[in-house]
Amino acid sequence: MSELQQEPTSTQGEGRYTLGDPIADNRAPDSPIGDRWDDRKFSARLVNPANRRKMSVIVVGTGLAGGAAAATLGEAGYHVKSFCYQDTPRRAHSIAAQGGINAAKNYRNDGDSVHRLFYDTVKGGDFRSRESNVHRLAENSLSIIDQCVAQGVPFAREYSGLLDTRSFGGTQVSRTFYARGQTGQQLLLGAYQALERQIAAGTVEMHPRTEMLDLIVVDGRARGIVARSVLTGEIQTYLADVVVLCTGGYGNVYYLSTNAKGSNVTAAWRAHRRGALFANPCYTQIHPTCIPVSGEYQSKLTLMSESLRNDGRVWVPKERGDDRHPNDIPEDERDYYLERQYPAFGNLVPRDIASRAAKNMCDAEHGVGPGGLGVYLDFKDAIERLGRHAVEAKYGNLFEMYQRITGDDPYEVPMRIYPAIHYTMGGLWVDYDLRSTIPGLFVGGEANFSDHGANRLGASALMQGLSDGYFILPTTVADYLADAPFDEVPEDHPAVVEAVQSTQARIDKLLSANGNRTVDSFHRELGQLVWDQCGMARSKEGLEKALDRIPSLREEFWRDVKIVGTGDGFNQSLEKANRVADFMELAELMCLDALHREESCGGHFRVEHQTEDGEAARDDENFSYVAAWEWTDGGKPVLHKEDLEFSYVHPSQRSYK
Amino acid sequence: MTQHRNIVTRTWGSSVGKKSVMAVTGAIFLLYVIAHMIGNLKIFFGLTTFDNYSVHLRTLGEDIFGYGGVLWIIRTVLTVAVLLHMWAAFSLWYKAKKARPVGYQHRNPQGSYAARTMRWGGVIIALFVIWHILDLTLGVVNPLPENAGAYQKLVASFDRPVVSIFYIVAMVALSTHISHGLWSGIQTLGGNSAVRQHALKTFSITVGVVIAVGFAIIPISVMTGLVR
Amino acid sequence: MKLTLRVWRQKDADAKGKMVKYQLDDVDEDMSFLEMLDVLNEKLVLDDEDPISFDHDCREGICGSCAMVINGIPHGPQKNTTTCQLHMRHFKDGDTIDVEPWRARAFPVIKDLVTDRSAFDQIIQAGGYVSVNTGSAPEAHATPVDKVSADDSFDAATCIGCGACVAACPNGSSMLFTAAKVTHLGLLPQGQPERQTRAISMLAKQDELDFGGCTNVGACAEVCPKGIPLATISRLNHDVLGATLAGARSD
Repeated sequence: MSELQQEPTSTQGEGRYTLGDPIADNRAPDSPIGDRWDDRKFSARLVNPANRRKMSVIVVGTGLAGGAAAATLGEAGYHVKSFCYQDTPRRAHSIAAQGGINAAKNYRNDGDSVHRLFYDTVKGGDFRSRESNVHRLAENSLSIIDQCVAQGVPFAREYSGLLDTRSFGGTQVSRTFYARGQTGQQLLLGAYQALERQIAAGTVEMHPRTEMLDLIVVDGRARGIVARSVLTGEIQTYLADVVVLCTGGYGNVYYLSTNAKGSNVTAAWRAHRRGALFANPCYTQIHPTCIPVSGEYQSKLTLMSESLRNDGRVWVPKERGDDRHPNDIPEDERDYYLERQYPAFGNLVPRDIASRAAKNMCDAEHGVGPGGLGVYLDFKDAIERLGRHAVEAKYGNLFEMYQRITGDDPYEVPMRIYPAIHYTMGGLWVDYDLRSTIPGLFVGGEANFSDHGANRLGASALMQGLSDGYFILPTTVADYLADAPFDEVPEDHPAVVEAVQSTQARIDKLLSANGNRTVDSFHRELGQLVWDQCGMARSKEGLEKALDRIPSLREEFWRDVKIVGTGDGFNQSLEKANRVADFMELAELMCLDALHREESCGGHFRVEHQTEDGEAARDDENFSYVAAWEWTDGGKPVLHKEDLEFSYVHPSQRSYK
Repeated sequence: MTQHRNIVTRTWGSSVGKKSVMAVTGAIFLLYVIAHMIGNLKIFFGLTTFDNYSVHLRTLGEDIFGYGGVLWIIRTVLTVAVLLHMWAAFSLWYKAKKARPVGYQHRNPQGSYAARTMRWGGVIIALFVIWHILDLTLGVVNPLPENAGAYQKLVASFDRPVVSIFYIVAMVALSTHISHGLWSGIQTLGGNSAVRQHALKTFSITVGVVIAVGFAIIPISVMTGLVR
Repeated sequence: MKLTLRVWRQKDADAKGKMVKYQLDDVDEDMSFLEMLDVLNEKLVLDDEDPISFDHDCREGICGSCAMVINGIPHGPQKNTTTCQLHMRHFKDGDTIDVEPWRARAFPVIKDLVTDRSAFDQIIQAGGYVSVNTGSAPEAHATPVDKVSADDSFDAATCIGCGACVAACPNGSSMLFTAAKVTHLGLLPQGQPERQTRAISMLAKQDELDFGGCTNVGACAEVCPKGIPLATISRLNHDVLGATLAGARSD
């Protein structure tokens, strides 16, 4: 990357970063949007099937993107090495996605089309995504459904035997394919089975319980990874012609999120430190209907389908700090605040608005439950209107889940809900080919930033993971490999040795601190800080406070963390510490990105930038760009802007009054 | 792995194959046991009927198989079946032993009681069958001489309360074995489904109970003096 | 509430393990079982003791990582619930709770409560898939699937691969796991071409991997957190016997 050019203006982060050269995607063809992917596929070079065996691909992560990519590249005949930190590839967190997967099949004849899905996604992303990428995603959605059905994914069907769809997330067409409330599980198992088939065929070499800790860059190309065996603690190097990261999002920076406990940013962050730009880290998505925190010991949050808001009414007590049992609070002492503030949409306002309204109520001390961090979602009226039976038929499984976790019966007592982080739109910057800024390093799935802009629509995450994994990466990685095999990298190459040594040094440093605080206590503190200042609502003041605190917290972490045991064996505290160390660095970049983006858009809400009605105020004039950050080894990050152009969908403002 | 193996080795080589051997041989026993029970119940029609039945069994198909020929065929089939049944059971037991070298400290077994006690139930039944043959077929442990009539031998045997009680206990074991075994056999041979499961289990238990009652009623009748 | 825990501690695969007693004085009934162990672990770390290792990830009952035998029952006393979704309100003040790893030769202990369940992956590798390469799929609506088959297939496909079935089975058999996959794919038209070889090959692999044979005890279905019915196994039997009689080979 080029040297810094200028100091940014004082309102945008006050000299906490420098501005670098603009960056551009130079891979998307310049043809009409509907032809771009076809043109790109045609211009992509091919690799002779006989030569593929000699070319090796590392794929890190086995979720929808990674599992699908590894399986497909294996089918094509490349020598694939697949990695996951879990004990088997089937446990990747894609498995937890509930709702469904969008596809523009238009089986309902309700006016859906590739273009409409494209349009909805760009608009849903609050005009902060790249048109070319999103259009390709909409095109690929068709093949994804075909592929998954052929694999034996048991999608919901109608009595005709044809696929059922439902509407989702405010779109006006019914394009979401689903497998009861476990769509992610079924799609992941499809990819997992395809992957296991390739493992059996010998094209994929599987490395479970192996966690990537660094990227090996040789002569400017990504050529391998340093990974630690979770079982033996051994630090090993794996070399290849190309490296693909599909390592998921970074929601666990907040400590409490709906992510799996092991989900982490380490692989992506290590790549960032090796030169890959990290884009839009402040774009994080919050889901309004999660089960609230019940105590200090809380380890994760559980999401419940948003559909609950179709019949449940959200309220808080009018009186501050009212700790009466909800059933004892009379009707006229309840504030149905969403219905009051948004009479047109009421309880059905979009995710970000519902989330923020709940936060505002709790900030004003109207919250209920432990710590006052919750609002009621009441089904009393629905049960009276529809009858208990009808409510049970619609929401029975969700009520059961709620009761299993909280011990409360939602048929008798209102549910308590609170928003929680569940997806991160930001990630490593990639071009149309999903290449990062390091040649030979590709990034797919939630780990990249590419398709969702500042806000992801429901049922689009699964679509993107599989589009990247089954269809895009196999094409673009092959194009890159047309120049391969590259010169063999010896194990004693200085770059390899340096990567191994720095990884080892880091582990030794963590183990030698022998301080007084557990890893989790640091992670909780970091999470609380980021949640408070860079969560649902962000302010200049709060972000600056966080930016001042994070470096000292990080310093305390390295000095005072306590890990029992050694590095040469199974040591779960050490694994966690390694991940938290990277969250500590990412958190700072997130807050900086949020501070510099002096507008509100999608999941990023700056209190200084709202309309008179309290809605997000976008600033297209100054912020219609992707913020891609460059690591400068502890110095001020360098911001590279990729300008976004909208030729097919024209930015407009949202309103839900 | 591409090996052309015949159906016997293919069946015996798999755990499901072994289990299906148990199911088929179990079905043979079950049919035999039902026939045996119906025969036994002739005791209530008096000495002559019962002894005639015993003779009929031996003269059945005499013109083709000779005197007692059919009985010998049945005995042979049952012997082969019992060996296969036990062999498969032993083999699965051995595999199970190997599959869990370290057991649980806190034992809290799940699954039905009948299912978990199949192996011990089988052992009790096997011991009983040996006694039963010694008693009423070979007459070695019967109070009456070998040439006595079947009816009298039976009554004499059950006149000993210990024998009757052992017999009833064995019938309870047999009942439990059949109650689970019949359903289990259907499950093994692929005839169970989530929809049918409840009905099949009820059916199996009913068969098991009917058989136990059908057999146990005889020693009870002897002990209570109903049959003399 | 106050609890006494007795947890299987085993330093590594080769070490001899034993039950170790821990006293917990301040357990909240709203804690999940794993959160209760988190609290214990934080205490252990501060006391310079090695925390208890256990597999866990999603903590919402779907990834299949968590695996503990609690008072002799895999995943503990609550039906249709994984360990991570079990909450402490199901225990009483003063209870003693025994926690052990899955026990099976095919699932060797790695450390404490962590076992190696890669044998399940090997069973899937033996045929738990439809052999369709990416890109070769026909249009999704080309083959309708009757709703009943699709729903039944889904029910079997909900298996999370946790291994509780093996842990509960007195024979240490993985039959319910194998049967769930054979049923999931065998009920769909897409799974038909490989139905016989799949059943034969997956069973052969399971037998080869030191799992015991099924004797229809039913413990597996009782502890299965996804409620996969025992009759699923009958379907596997049906396919295996049909394939055996038809002369299908596992190759």
